[in-house]
Order: sequence, then C-alpha cells, then structure tokens
Amino acid sequence: MKSLYLHVNPITCAGHGLCAELLPEAVRLDDWGYPMVDPSPVSPRILGHARRAVAACPTLAFALRATPVRRLISPRVDEAGENDKSH
Amino acid sequence: MDLAVRGGVLGSPRLLAGPGRDITESLAPHLDRLGDPLGAVGTTSPRELIQRIRASGLRGRGGGGFPVGEKLAAVAAGAGVGNRAIVVANASESEPASAKDRFLLSVRPHLVIDGIEVAARAVGARQAYICVSQRSEQAVFALRQALLERREARLLPVPVEVVLAAPTFVGGDETALLSWIAGGAPSPTVVPPLPAHKGLTGHPTLVQNAESLAHLALIARFGPDWFRRVGTEEEPGTMLVTVSGCVTSAGVYETPIGANLEDILEASGWSVETEVILVGGYFGSWVSRQDAGVKALSRASLASCGASPGAGVILAMPKTACGVKETAEVVDWLAAESSGQCGPCVHGLSAVAACLTRLASPASARRADLGRLLRWCTEIEGRGACRHPDGVIKLVRSCLQVFGPEVEAHRSGRCFGSYEGWLPLPATTQQVR
Repeated sequence: MKSLYLHVNPITCAGHGLCAELLPEAVRLDDWGYPMVDPSPVSPRILGHARRAVAACPTLAFALRATPVRRLISPRVDEAGENDKSH
Repeated sequence: MDLAVRGGVLGSPRLLAGPGRDITESLAPHLDRLGDPLGAVGTTSPRELIQRIRASGLRGRGGGGFPVGEKLAAVAAGAGVGNRAIVVANASESEPASAKDRFLLSVRPHLVIDGIEVAARAVGARQAYICVSQRSEQAVFALRQALLERREARLLPVPVEVVLAAPTFVGGDETALLSWIAGGAPSPTVVPPLPAHKGLTGHPTLVQNAESLAHLALIARFGPDWFRRVGTEEEPGTMLVTVSGCVTSAGVYETPIGANLEDILEASGWSVETEVILVGGYFGSWVSRQDAGVKALSRASLASCGASPGAGVILAMPKTACGVKETAEVVDWLAAESSGQCGPCVHGLSAVAACLTRLASPASARRADLGRLLRWCTEIEGRGACRHPDGVIKLVRSCLQVFGPEVEAHRSGRCFGSYEGWLPLPATTQQVR
C-alpha cells in the first residue's frame, strides 16, 4: 500500500487544534496552539483516525497526501536544503 | 539616506568594469564597450543558451545561491505555446544592510536589461518585469532612462515593465513578489506550485535577482569558460558585496568569489576595533574576527562556521557593542516584519524576539529563557509558508553561538557592551501603514 503523509497549510491553519485532539499519535501543538506534525508516513494502524482528523479541520488546512513533507526544493533553497533569503 | 554611496573593486571587475564606476553608463558607451547582447547570442538556440549558462556554473546572487541554469531549464520545460514563460527581475532588495542591486542599477542599468532580454530569449518569454526598490531614486531613474533609450534604439525586443517594490522585508520573497506584481498584497503563498512551474497569472515564471541577470548577460557574450576564470570551481565568477559598519569606506564592492574575507574588510578600511562581522544579511550569521582572517567569501568556506555569503552583506561591528543587544533589536524588527499569515511565524517569532531581548540585558536574563529559546528555534523552523521564520531562527542561533559568553555574562548580572545600533532598522511595515 502506498504511504500517506500529513500536511498542514500554515497560511490557512488558524490553530483550532482539532487535529491534535483527534490524532495525538501524530500531532502535537506548539506553545501557541499550532500543530507540529510527524513527517513520517502515517501508520496504517491510525490511518482511520488520520482521515477523521483531516475531515474535521475547520479551515481545511490539514491534508493527507501521497507526497512526503519536505523542505521545499524552491529555487531559493540550495541542494543541501540550507535556508537563505534574497531580496 | 542610502548605503550605496560609492563602489569599489578587488581584482579586475566585470559588472563594474568600464569607465566611471560611480556614474550611470548610458546606452551608447555600453554598446561600444560590450556590443548588442542578442547580437552576440546570434542564432544560438534557447536550449544551447541554457546549456551555456549551466556550464558557467552561475549561482543566484539573491541569497539562495541556486544554480541559474537549472532554474532556466525548469521554466523553459514548463513553458509552451499558449503558456508562455514570464521573466521577473528581482531588485526589490528589502534586506536593510544591502545596497548592491540598487547600486548596480544606478551605474550599469543596461547590463541588467541585457540579462533580462537574454533570459527571455532562453525561456521564450515575451513579457518581463523588474521589481525595483523604492529606497534609491537614482536607481529607479537610471533604470527608466535606460529603458527609454533602448526603446528608441529598438533594442528592447521583450518589453520590460518597471514595478516599485513593496516597502516590506518579506515582499522580496519570490512568491510575495509575484503576488505584489499581480496587484495583490506582498505576501508569500504556499509552494508548491513553484513560480518556475506556475507563477504570474499561472504562467511559468523565472524570478531572478538583478545581479544574477547582469552576470548572465556577460556569460552570453563571453562564454562559460571566460566566466570560470575568476572565482572558485564550485562558485565561479565575481559577486557584489555591500560592506558597512565600522569601516571608513562603506559601499558596494565587486570581488571574486573566494576572496579572503579579511582582504575585503581591509579594502574598505575596517576599524582595528572590529570584533565580529555579520555575513549574509539579516538571515545571515555572525563571524568572529579570528574566523574572518581564515575564511573566504564562498559558501564552501563559510559553511564550516555556519555562515554563507547570502546576498553579499558584510557588516563589521566593534567590540564596544553588545552583540546580543544588537541582534535582539534586529530580531524584534524581523518579527514585526512577518507578513502575519502563519501562526508559528506570527506568535513564534514575537516570543523568540521577547526572549532574546530578555537575554540581552543583565537585568532580565533568566536561566530558563535560554532553554526555552533553543526549544522554540527547533519547533518553529520549517513551519512557515516562506522561509522568513527559518531565516530569523538562523540569525538567533548564530547569535547564541557567537555571543554565548555575553549571554552567560548577562545571566550572572554583567554586560561588556552596549546597544549602539550598528544594524540599520527601517520603519517597520506596521509603522508605514
């Protein structure tokens, strides 16, 4: 079976915290109530719970996708993934 | 007042070559000196042109150092009939301690325009923009004048529209820039999609720093082998750096990549009082004077002390200043410059700023604050839509590392320096509003 990964859209996420409530196995809240998500593939054991947590997100910011969460290979980030900024 | 008051060179200049380093070169002398860039490119196919840029090893000069040829190839691959690529030159230069893009536009505007035209040819664009900082009237004037000259001389096959950059720090981010050009707020968007795949109005968009485009124009003329004659194997060419702080000759210098950091500071007349150097800008790192003696201005050399050349900011600070206080002021400013979209950035950075400010003073430094700060750094990193939080965290980490003894001193009630305001802090976006 194909691995699935949890994603958070940081712009639409408003920190309701339902994801951490429904899926404590993979989500923990930071000091301000925003989710910190386990980047590893979702274990089949909790996949059902993950789907329910995704469905419960009031701002549709929580998602399950077949692509892993990684630092984006943006033209601003070099191959080593080091962060920098232009402007 | 603007930083860019004068230009200097180490070794033989390329971008700043030609007569009168501090005056605007108009079209006629530019053509006499270098000829028509597209004429030089001749019948070279876009594919060959991109191959030439790839072979040159040119990396972006905006801070990220991404290979320019790869980016061109990605944009060209996504473009096609009915889905034309767009070229955007980024000269928004919102980094407060940088002035090199504005300086380049003020003195060699045609070189940047050449780069835009060559890049447009390479990716098949028929539309181009240049987003320029409002901080230098001279740069905006020189650019507009240069575009007028070229239109009259019919040397502007792809029209270039000038857009004044948003007066915000985050506005220089690629996705924020595109949102701003499209008429929206200068706020970053979630990637993917990358601008190279789906940028302005959904078209594949090449966003390239102004200096990178000027180098690109010279590579198109003189070839990749010529370009590689200067610089290092991994990072060929020259780069523009903005040197400021406790130096007698602050300004924009063109230097080969791989030049000794100390030589650059020597050329700009650094003070014997210099204790530390901020390298790379506000998303950069502090480098001790001792390290500056042995480090070269290259990603490879600076990586060993956690730094990188970034967009070429080099700021010298004397030992009378307290590095923690100076950094805390900048972090506070950067926190306020968040575009306000992502929770970890909005709340996290303001908490980080407050924590670092407490550690900056013997009156308020608490043991628990250091542990808390380090935990927040780990937790916040990578959780914004753009890299604003990551850049700030990088600066905070560097501060804790290089000024560790100062933080310790503050915790035991002592302080060896004071706040002297070496790092420029423009009015924040909130104040502008």
